[in-house]
Amino acid sequence: MDAESARLCTELPDYFSILPNRSGRQFVFESLSDKLQAVFSQLASHGKLSEADVNAALREVRLALLEADVNFKVVKDFVGRIKERAIGVEVMDSLTPAQQVVKIVNDELINLLGKPAPLNLSGQPPTVIMLVGLQGAGKTTMAGKLALRLRKQGQRPLLVAADVYRPAAIQQLEILGKQIDIPVYSEGTDVSPATIARNAIRVAKEKAHTVVILDTAGRLQIDDAMMQELEQVRLVARPADILLVVDAMTGQEAVHVAEGFHARVPTTGLIMTKIDGDARGGAALSIREVTGVPIKFLGTSEKLDGLEPFQPDRMASRILGMGDILTLIERAQENITEEDAAAMEERLASGQFDFEDFLDQLRQLKRLGSITDLLKMIPGMNQMAKDVDPQEATKNLKMVEAIISSMTVHERQNPHVLNGSRRRRIATGSGTTVNDVNQLVKQFKDMQKMMKQMGVMGGNRKKKRGRKGGRREGAGMFGGGNLMDMFGGR
Amino acid sequence: MFRRLFGKQEEKTQDELLLEESLQKTRGGVLGRIGTIFQANEITDELWDELEETLIMADVGMETTAELVEKTRSRVERDGIKATADAYLILKREMVNLLKADEPLQIEQPRILTVVLVVGVNGSGKTTTIGKLAYRYKQRGKKVVLAAGDTFRAAAIEQLQVWGKRAGVDVIAQAPGSDPAAVLFDAMRASQESRKAEILIVDTAGRLQNKFNLMQELEKMRRVAARQVHAAPHETLLVLDASTGQNAILQAKGFQETAGVTGIVLTKLDGTAKGGAVLSIKKVLGVPVRFVGSGEKIGDLAEFDPVAFVEGLVGE
Ligand SMILES: Nc1nc2c(ncn2[C@@H]2O[C@H](COP(=O)(O)OP(=O)(O)OP(=O)(O)O)[C@@H](O)[C@H]2O)c(=O)[nH]1
Ligand SMILES: Nc1nc2c(ncn2[C@@H]2O[C@H](COP(=O)(O)OP(=O)(O)OP(=O)(O)O)[C@@H](O)[C@H]2O)c(=O)[nH]1
Ligand SMILES: [Mg+2]
Ligand SMILES: [Mg+2]
Repeated sequence: MDAESARLCTELPDYFSILPNRSGRQFVFESLSDKLQAVFSQLASHGKLSEADVNAALREVRLALLEADVNFKVVKDFVGRIKERAIGVEVMDSLTPAQQVVKIVNDELINLLGKPAPLNLSGQPPTVIMLVGLQGAGKTTMAGKLALRLRKQGQRPLLVAADVYRPAAIQQLEILGKQIDIPVYSEGTDVSPATIARNAIRVAKEKAHTVVILDTAGRLQIDDAMMQELEQVRLVARPADILLVVDAMTGQEAVHVAEGFHARVPTTGLIMTKIDGDARGGAALSIREVTGVPIKFLGTSEKLDGLEPFQPDRMASRILGMGDILTLIERAQENITEEDAAAMEERLASGQFDFEDFLDQLRQLKRLGSITDLLKMIPGMNQMAKDVDPQEATKNLKMVEAIISSMTVHERQNPHVLNGSRRRRIATGSGTTVNDVNQLVKQFKDMQKMMKQMGVMGGNRKKKRGRKGGRREGAGMFGGGNLMDMFGGR
Repeated sequence: MFRRLFGKQEEKTQDELLLEESLQKTRGGVLGRIGTIFQANEITDELWDELEETLIMADVGMETTAELVEKTRSRVERDGIKATADAYLILKREMVNLLKADEPLQIEQPRILTVVLVVGVNGSGKTTTIGKLAYRYKQRGKKVVLAAGDTFRAAAIEQLQVWGKRAGVDVIAQAPGSDPAAVLFDAMRASQESRKAEILIVDTAGRLQNKFNLMQELEKMRRVAARQVHAAPHETLLVLDASTGQNAILQAKGFQETAGVTGIVLTKLDGTAKGGAVLSIKKVLGVPVRFVGSGEKIGDLAEFDPVAFVEGLVGE
């Protein structure tokens, strides 16, 4: 995370503070950066980070990581390392001490999460990919997703139903195969998975398939007989990739699961599924720590196009509970027409943002869905979404709309002219009180500040997209780019 | 010894006596397994730290852990307790009390038709649990029917049909892609009319609690159920994978708000995960655990036993 985004992360709260919660108080965005901000506001620190500063901050970091389900022991080690790195660090001019610590933690986290790795496809075809993991983690779905992705890259995948235990597991894979028109090899449930794998590879060679994807049954890492079965499949199939599929909701046990699988069938990569939920996904870090294998993909929906390459920076801010604000912005951009967005971006870039834009934004926001839905998209904010009284929030937005509608165009474009008598007139016109109007004007000013910053960030992101070539690639995000997914449509 | 431990309460309720009895019964076995924590001779700061660590590693969560440790600690200090084994008992008692259900399960209450809605996130074990429940109540002499309310996931209907066959109960299903509420409507009518069922257990598609539309779909199913049979669904069971971490609490909250969860089924306890998040769920939402799943076979379901659960949590 660069200094600019670190600063933005700590400033984000303002953006949401226009929403009242049930008790009528303003929201507190309880992100790690907020908590750190609070810690540091009690210490008069500048210059170098002192040991006391760092200790106080690390207590919060530790909590944030534990809340994200990072394993207790992994957290201990991590915090220890951060401490060594942070003490004595010069606080950069552009940052507050809190932001400096967030930056160090975030950098280290990104570093630990490692670079995304591609599939190992370099060997003699057919390349075999084997999916392993606990029950219900998402292996069968992932088999379909990988097949679809590989075919798009010009491969000829064959799906293999090597789960002979779960009721209707074979039909499940066959249905998925049919959906994407990719053949599925199966031999029923009376043949051992190793035999199925061997035969499937033979068939793949005959039919010139370039990749074989083995779907195996879910199993517990402590189930010796079942783990032995995996070893046999591996011996027969010689997979180039053994991918451990792990649910993003996994808690403290993730380390034992990963160690257990890794010890019996050396895994070459990790795939984390159900990242479209609101789990923070700390298991990814735990598993990286104990196995050292790269994280290759993320599963972002139940549908077969819900697959994304892993992005360490996104994952890091998610684990830290700083929300995936970039995703929110991108999703908004996807739902709001290019012209709208371009026009808005221009206004922002030029440093203008008036009540007209505000009204525009509100209306666009409404197109995205209800406030609670929007909040729910942000990891860690789901909790907060629960505290929003949707009726209250809607009422509030209506009120805001009414107030702005009662302003003259001149007033909207030049908010600074809003003096006492104008405010009284607007209040009467919109059926609100002067106090309501005052509050909105104040909030608007905060938002104006925020928007300016987002404008800067938007600029950064554009550059990034350009470098990566193409908007879709750059727009890779948790939860997929599909609006239907985001609101849970199917 | 109990008099000394819980000296403040002279009168004990029947419940408490039963609890103490069962705690004592399992005590010997457990103390053998506790190993490090409560075998120390003295109650030290490290003991409390280790206890905290154990609870967090069991996914109990920070807040609940801190509260449990604090409560136990102040009790121990107030009563001048010296033996670690006694401190351990206090902790267990605290946890068991927290987990105990306040209300009995509704499934076997006499009524025209009992409707049980089974909900949860993707892959938590709903369909499997339904197979086990069907088998359980059939064994107890009930006429059970299943409704294939997951019309979305590939082969979800076939999977439930396999379980129906195993349990020896009818499964009412429509084509993939049909409206789950319509399936439920049909199943309720058929259960009352042609099938003369006493218990209808309804499978639903897995859904993440942050997906607004999908949660609305559950709400709709509930409305449909309530319109046909008084107070239906009578139980709404949230199926929770024991390996779930802190997200379990968000799951419980999300599903409780839209689907009105009345109980938890904690699955996959045959693995190494402890499922400690249910302590927080009970504490925050008051939703009790009703059943635990401990395998993939039809008989691998048991009524939740707080004592045994707590043993598993701190006892290793
Ligand atoms: N929301 C969401 N659901 C997913 C994702 N991946 C899989 N699922 C769902 O999770 C559930 C379990 O997926 P499966 O692919 O059947 O899991 P599995 O690991 O093959 O399960 P077993 O074979 O029983 O061990 C299904 O409901 C899937 O639709 C994902 O990335 N996001
Ligand atoms: N070891 C173990 N596995 C279980 C248990 N309960 C369910 N499973 C397995 O978990 C996987 C998912 O179970 P399902 O019953 O399909 O889960 P679901 O919640 O219906 O899944 P979706 O409908 O896809 O959301 C299957 O492989 C089951 O065999 C349990 O108690 N122990
Ligand atoms: Mg499977
Ligand atoms: Mg199911």
